[in-house]
Amino acid sequence: MTMSDTSPADRMSGFISHLRTNNFLVGPAETMDALTFLQSSNTLDIGTERIGLKVMLCGNKSEWDKFDDLFDAYWFGRGVRTAIKVQSTGESSNRDVQNHADIWKRILPSSARSESSGLIHGPGYDNLTSDGRQEGKFAASDYESYRRVDVKHLVTPEDVSQVQELAEKLARTMKYRLSRRRKSSNRGINIDLRRTIRRNISRGGDLMELIYSKRPVRSVKLVVFLDVSGSMNQYSRLFLAFVRGLLGGWLRADAFLFHTRLVRISKALSDPDHHRAMDRLTLMADGFGGGTKIGECLKNFNDNYAKEVLNSRSVVIIISDGYDTGDPEEIGDQLNRLKKRVRRIVWLNPLAGWDRYEPVARGMKKALPYLDLFFPANTLECLANLEPELAKL
Amino acid sequence: MNYLEIQSELANYGYIADETLSMALSLAMNLGRSLLLEGEAGVGKTEIAKSLSKVLNADLIRLQCYEGLDASTAIYEWNYQRQLLAIRAREKEKASSEEIEAHVFSEYYLLKRPLLQAISSDTPPVLLIDEIDRADEEFEAYLLEILSDFQITIPELGTIQAKSIPYVILTSNGTRELSDALRRRCLYSYVDYPDRQKESLIVKTHMPEIDEELIRQIVNFVHSVRKEDLEKKPGVAETLDWAAALLDQNVRSLGDDPKVVHATLICLLKTESDLKSMTPEVTARIIGKVA
Repeated sequence: MTMSDTSPADRMSGFISHLRTNNFLVGPAETMDALTFLQSSNTLDIGTERIGLKVMLCGNKSEWDKFDDLFDAYWFGRGVRTAIKVQSTGESSNRDVQNHADIWKRILPSSARSESSGLIHGPGYDNLTSDGRQEGKFAASDYESYRRVDVKHLVTPEDVSQVQELAEKLARTMKYRLSRRRKSSNRGINIDLRRTIRRNISRGGDLMELIYSKRPVRSVKLVVFLDVSGSMNQYSRLFLAFVRGLLGGWLRADAFLFHTRLVRISKALSDPDHHRAMDRLTLMADGFGGGTKIGECLKNFNDNYAKEVLNSRSVVIIISDGYDTGDPEEIGDQLNRLKKRVRRIVWLNPLAGWDRYEPVARGMKKALPYLDLFFPANTLECLANLEPELAKL
Repeated sequence: MNYLEIQSELANYGYIADETLSMALSLAMNLGRSLLLEGEAGVGKTEIAKSLSKVLNADLIRLQCYEGLDASTAIYEWNYQRQLLAIRAREKEKASSEEIEAHVFSEYYLLKRPLLQAISSDTPPVLLIDEIDRADEEFEAYLLEILSDFQITIPELGTIQAKSIPYVILTSNGTRELSDALRRRCLYSYVDYPDRQKESLIVKTHMPEIDEELIRQIVNFVHSVRKEDLEKKPGVAETLDWAAALLDQNVRSLGDDPKVVHATLICLLKTESDLKSMTPEVTARIIGKVA
């Protein structure tokens, strides 16, 4: 060991910060615990110390899996070369965006990339009347001119960023309505005995007044899959904003990008630092282009994420044109598996908005039997119409 | 108790724990911290708590979590029926409403649910909070408070302090990401499928009548099955079920009668598509490898 001239406490806090650099959630409290542990059992051999520290310092599976390598690297200088993580500043991420961002330059308008903050300004209160009730589906005035235009015909950056903003707003409005919806009932099913007795105790226990309990309606959980393959790139920009709006504060939502691979983007999208969010998305889009493998991506989801992400109240939204270079049978099989786990599957297809559209893509055909809702999504009006449909589910 | 003692004590009660797990248990007991166990279903997480309670000769109090679990099922509830009767009885005695209220909200009318029960035991029990990931996030936050203070406040009665600090074991199947706060409060151990040697030992401990060679084949077979592309991989409990089924069918060696072996696979594979994907040919191939 090269650090023999420093005290054990220093070396231990060095180890803790080494772990922290590698995304462990540990701090001074853990350093104390670790030292106490080592002191209390000074006869231990290195193997025992290792498992003891492992139990104390890990908090989840990925940390658990990494621990042994990190332990060896720090105490024995073996194997892993510790990368020093630099907190990315606005400037550097800007540069990164420019380095990686060929794809994203096409997808995101320049205004979005240079925007100083990606903060989403509260839920869509814009359309609330003064007494706090929701009025109408979506205040139509400010996007009247855009609502019927197919978004692929919008070309200037101003148009595009405005559409993006509207999509986000719409998504937020939709989310707000859905999640605060409650079943109104004056009479519940069960009597709330506790409250009833409390209320009637002054009457000597005669139950004059009954109080009911009703189940609160729990909000749905939303899982969104966004196709960012080449055939979708005219629409990706709009939908990325849409998805971000949906995720912006929905308590339970997850988002995935897919092309030839599946990438989870929930964390990146909800990052309040806009630069960093874009930075992360850029890295995630490696492998962009070169076909779409919907079935394979869904299989990856079913195998690895479904258990964690889905529950029986989940609504899955797939945004894709259905053009697929993988095995179309696979799409059917995987949707069938997915179907068993979730409440509803909704497929938004931008092409379905075209006149005389028929779902001829082979993959799309296989998918149709498993969908609860197949909906066009090429204009903002389509997205606005989606809301009552979602509320019905 | 140091971890080697725990390991051998657990083995006495039929639970084969590896060193990491016994270290986790030992640290949790010595430091008075809760232990969070994660791992696939069927690796024996719940069994650990049961065996630990036997080792410590302590009560096992189990709280099974589910979505919508609330305070009245997890902590306490008033015994309403008894309260009503008491109110009626007192009324006849012309007691004032204050007196009645003070009387019916005494500890006598309190139904203790697992958490309250655990902190009001005289000797420290083992508290198993099973599948914490199924409970709502709100409940998780509340649990965190109890696990740090070991006291429960009941509005009508006041604060109840723990008489003894229970040994808390939480398990999670990873159906939901747990909060960082909870993770930091607990010691952590990931329970993996046992290796061949350990699993053989488990089968042997539970079923001493099976001969060594069959155990070896069974364990190797199950390990190969876990490598197949399956929806639900068989856990240790499934291995034991299957071993029992084979014993029941008088199978001496897997190679003797592949048909019977294939038919008994329903003990290992629990979904329709898994059963379909394990065709007789696949079964025969794996048997060929292990027998």
